Amino acid sequence: MTTAEHPAQTESQTDTAVNPLTAPAPELWRDPNAKPFVVFDGITKEFGDFTAVDNISLDIYKRELFCLLGGSGSGKSTLLRMLAGFEQPTSGRILIDGVDMSGIPPWNRPVNMMFQSYALFPHLSVEKNVAFGLRREGMADGDVKRRVQEILDMVQMGHLAKRKPHQLSGGQRQRVALARSLVKRPKLLLLDEPLGALDKKLREETQFELMNIQEELGVTFIVVTHDQEEAMTLATRIGVMNQGEIVQVGEPHDIYEYPNSRFVASFIGSVNMFEGVVTVDEVDHVIIDSAEAGGLLRVDHGISCAPNQKVHVALRPEKITLSHDKPDQDVNCMFGKVEDIAYMGNMSIFRIRLANGKEVRVTQPNYARDIKGKFTWGDMVYLHWEVDSSVVLTV
Amino acid sequence: MKKLTAASLYAGKNRLMGYLARHKWGRKVVVGIPFVWLALFFFIPFVVVFKISLSESAIAIPPYTDLFSWDVEDAYATLKVNLGNFLFLLEDSYYLDAYLSSLKIAAISTVITLIIGFPMAYLIARSEPRRRMFLLAMVILPFWTSFLLRVYAWMALLKKNGPVNDVLMSIGLIDEPLRILNTDIAVYIGIVYTYLPFMILPLYAVLEKLDNSLLEAAEDLGCRPFQTFFLVTVPLAMPGIVAGCLLVFIPVVGEYVIPALLGGSDTLMIGRVLWDEFSKNRDWPMASAVATVMLVVLVVPIMLARNRMGNKEETY
Repeated sequence: MTTAEHPAQTESQTDTAVNPLTAPAPELWRDPNAKPFVVFDGITKEFGDFTAVDNISLDIYKRELFCLLGGSGSGKSTLLRMLAGFEQPTSGRILIDGVDMSGIPPWNRPVNMMFQSYALFPHLSVEKNVAFGLRREGMADGDVKRRVQEILDMVQMGHLAKRKPHQLSGGQRQRVALARSLVKRPKLLLLDEPLGALDKKLREETQFELMNIQEELGVTFIVVTHDQEEAMTLATRIGVMNQGEIVQVGEPHDIYEYPNSRFVASFIGSVNMFEGVVTVDEVDHVIIDSAEAGGLLRVDHGISCAPNQKVHVALRPEKITLSHDKPDQDVNCMFGKVEDIAYMGNMSIFRIRLANGKEVRVTQPNYARDIKGKFTWGDMVYLHWEVDSSVVLTV
Repeated sequence: MKKLTAASLYAGKNRLMGYLARHKWGRKVVVGIPFVWLALFFFIPFVVVFKISLSESAIAIPPYTDLFSWDVEDAYATLKVNLGNFLFLLEDSYYLDAYLSSLKIAAISTVITLIIGFPMAYLIARSEPRRRMFLLAMVILPFWTSFLLRVYAWMALLKKNGPVNDVLMSIGLIDEPLRILNTDIAVYIGIVYTYLPFMILPLYAVLEKLDNSLLEAAEDLGCRPFQTFFLVTVPLAMPGIVAGCLLVFIPVVGEYVIPALLGGSDTLMIGRVLWDEFSKNRDWPMASAVATVMLVVLVVPIMLARNRMGNKEETY
């Protein structure tokens, strides 16, 4: 079976490679000479004495799907609203495609927004909601009809064109809102928590659809979300925001595997953090003596730090292996008691208490149907991991 | 024999509740109370008025003839229905003029009230919550003083050597005092002033609920502010606009005090005609006929508005 499927897969891959429209977005941010499409240049926004956005400079490139990720009050929505023109920055400039946006009102910007509440006009049908923007451009009747039909078919809402928004389900409204924001073919589409109001299953389906649409139309997307899972699946790059500042920008993989601070490490996914002191600091590895972990921790990357500096080692729960027998390694090894097990179906989450009282979270994939008996409540187990599993964080 | 236990009592109570719920008794009571109220204090009095309008004026107490008479000796019952009052309404153009003039004054003042009230309601609804309460209180505050008193105050304000003329003259806009009091202008000022809160409150109620993101969405899709206003704000405020207009229009048609105190001798309004028939001429049947026709004239616009709203609801 598997061998039969392989040729088909490679075929479709070559297909997408030939079609420039469906090709994955060029990773322009890796090219130092690439011209950014959206530029935030020292943007600050103050509301009274509260600084919502604090001196942010950020470049976003054409055909990116950029996610601004942060908790509530992190300033991510304010940043988006400044792009749309609903708020004016207190200082700094925003450029879209090289044009300074200062003083340009929302109705003259080459930008459309999909609102968190969808903001569909309740007095207009689906069709008229979508046509609303085109009518304002004074487009001819026939063209409006054609464009509306096209975009509604794309989001699979063509059959419900005559309905009013209140006659639609949440997922259907979301599609209409997306169609309405895309129909004017903006250079830049802003999405404010686009999937927030959907249930989990619908959200997963829609995520992939959004990505397909983005690739199909070649529009640049900027998505605001507080949901790290959503950001991880959707984004070409993620900007993590905290208290009005961007704390890290990078591809999802980088953000997850190489967080640059304890904040980012614990905001994205779950993580175990061990405090310790650097004892050996070489170019290719460091050794940290951690009382919290109850032993020596070895990490295969160098850091720049003072000797005996206090650092944190971040370790993701899925990178830890559990065993009953003592593993053949004297670093990156801990011993503890299984205190709690949560069965999640695809994996199980273990809470393990070390002798010094520190609690460690470990996830193990359920690779066989019946692994219940392997580790159980009260078992004493060894926890161990590879030198390339953890990262050292100095801030 | 079945013993009466707590359980069976409970079951009995449940059965009763079930019966009440099945036949929607709660709903019937809630709807029934205002229904009975309206029947007692609106419908029955109206039937009485209608009955009087079909009788003839007489010098008696009460000053009209009976519709029914019963001759005991001959066992002869008579029903005397007099349509003369209604015919007279059509014959004498005075009444038709009064109706038309009332409708005109009511329509114009409704439009003026809407034009003044809408921006006020909009600004109140858009202001920050703490100020909103203060501003609303300011709108309602006049109700705390007597309506009559306020109309008298306008008489003082608008008279020839009153403050309004003084101010207009001192800023050099006019050379000699204007005659405002006892004209239609004074009537419009009085009506608009008095009925403005009835326009503002329903408008405020809908505008306060207006989702700001809808206005932003309109701007985002290319609407200039005035387009946003007419394409989004006004359609969504329509229930409030209709309610406010009805609340102003209907009572203004029958308004008596304001035209009587502020209007001139040529300000013709049906409320005044009605009062004159009733008290000066002591012609109760004629006054009743005028009142009956006024009600019919008012019911028509209400039905139209209701129909419109009903249709809206369906297509929503």
